[in-house]
Amino acid sequence: MPFLEIKDLYKRFGDTEVLRGVNLGLEKGEALAVIGSSGGGKTTLLRCIAFLERADLGEILLDGTPVFCASSNTRDKKCEEAKAQKIGMVFQAFNLFPHFSVKKNLTLAARLQYNRSVGKPRQLSVFSSEARKAKRQAYHEIDERAEALLKRVGLEEKACAYPCELSGGQQQRVAIARALMLKPDVLCFDEPTSALDPELTQEVMRVIKDLKRDGHTMIVVTHEMEFAQLFADKVAFVADGVVEEFGTPDEVFASPKSPKTKAFLANIM
Amino acid sequence: MSFGAVTLELLDASKYTLGLFALTLLAAIPLGVVICAGAMSKFKPIKWISNMFIWVVRGTPLMLQIIVVFYVPGLLFSVPFKSRFLAAFIAFAINYAAYFAEIYRGGIEAMPRGQYEAGRVLGMSRTQINLLVICPQVVKKITPAMTGEIITLVKDTSLANIIGIGEIIFAAKSIVTTKAILWPLFYTGVFYLVMIGALTILFKLVEKKMNYYKA
Repeated sequence: MPFLEIKDLYKRFGDTEVLRGVNLGLEKGEALAVIGSSGGGKTTLLRCIAFLERADLGEILLDGTPVFCASSNTRDKKCEEAKAQKIGMVFQAFNLFPHFSVKKNLTLAARLQYNRSVGKPRQLSVFSSEARKAKRQAYHEIDERAEALLKRVGLEEKACAYPCELSGGQQQRVAIARALMLKPDVLCFDEPTSALDPELTQEVMRVIKDLKRDGHTMIVVTHEMEFAQLFADKVAFVADGVVEEFGTPDEVFASPKSPKTKAFLANIM
Repeated sequence: MSFGAVTLELLDASKYTLGLFALTLLAAIPLGVVICAGAMSKFKPIKWISNMFIWVVRGTPLMLQIIVVFYVPGLLFSVPFKSRFLAAFIAFAINYAAYFAEIYRGGIEAMPRGQYEAGRVLGMSRTQINLLVICPQVVKKITPAMTGEIITLVKDTSLANIIGIGEIIFAAKSIVTTKAILWPLFYTGVFYLVMIGALTILFKLVEKKMNYYKA
């Protein structure tokens, strides 16, 4: 059974059917590149996986357990927030919090997650030195993790800077570090380099390739065909709301079966 | 009447001006949040009522609203206001809350959707996103507009003289009529200029303080 399994996903916005039965499977540690023309449903698919959109029909399983099922109507807020933390997301527009320093951008969600896991303190435990000590320890660990991740993306000296002081490529690297803070099972990238010039694209791509080497399970919606061809384990060509072609880069790029894939590749290569 | 005596009289009247100003601000800032939440509510009746309220408050003169608040309870329900100041305060708070609500709404609607989405994928709750991500950014965004509105409030307090609040204009007018000298009325301008000058400096500092980031 695949680590991440998407079954028969449908999504419509008003009269437009954006996803029309998407099926996908991804093994642990694999990097999937999702390619295709604009408006084909790539981004919507990714947003459904990251719980930013709610699919109308279908199921998403993570490690065998359903994390999304359209037929079950119950929407447990707490549960959804917990699930959101299993899927990391990096946006095209970075979406860093501009009023927080780089470090606070990283630590914020992790601290909130810790506070939630401890639960509401009982009246007295607020004053108990034990709880305070545990909290200080946890925050300290979160800080250290943030510093380690910043080092990983090559920005350890920018911890105290604000997002507006960074270049686009640096902002996106911070966004990647932020997504990694919660140790997501799957990391999603929505056209992570589309807002960057070629030079900055390379520095972000280097980080993404590094992550792949470390065995992160990733889904990358991208227009960088070189990345899809050389670094992805699997490539999915999405067109008109379905996965038109799926396979290893060799299979998809060298011997595509679907005429739509052939036409798309002929256009861009 | 000597310059010194007029100054003292107007300074004494300033306590009504400043009191009305400060109390209105204190009440209207949170009340505006409530009205704004109503106007942005997904529940249609509440949204409708809030927008009607804003329309009525912004669509009628503040002077008329002061008169209505002060006289209508007595005329309709035979419970006249004991305190003129309280009536003026209520009218001002309601009026300014409606204007603030519209400023808040503008600020919130200007927030990019990506900020909410970034919070959601990090597993933050709605309340956490609103409180930690959206609210601080909105405060910065609306500070210039709020500064303008707050400066207007200082000058608008003079409208309270219509129901006999002894604020600066009222005090000057009584000097004019009793002592038959006109200049104290012109002199009130200095008092407003000083108050607004101080506020301008204060808000410049606040804006500077929030300039540590650009959105």
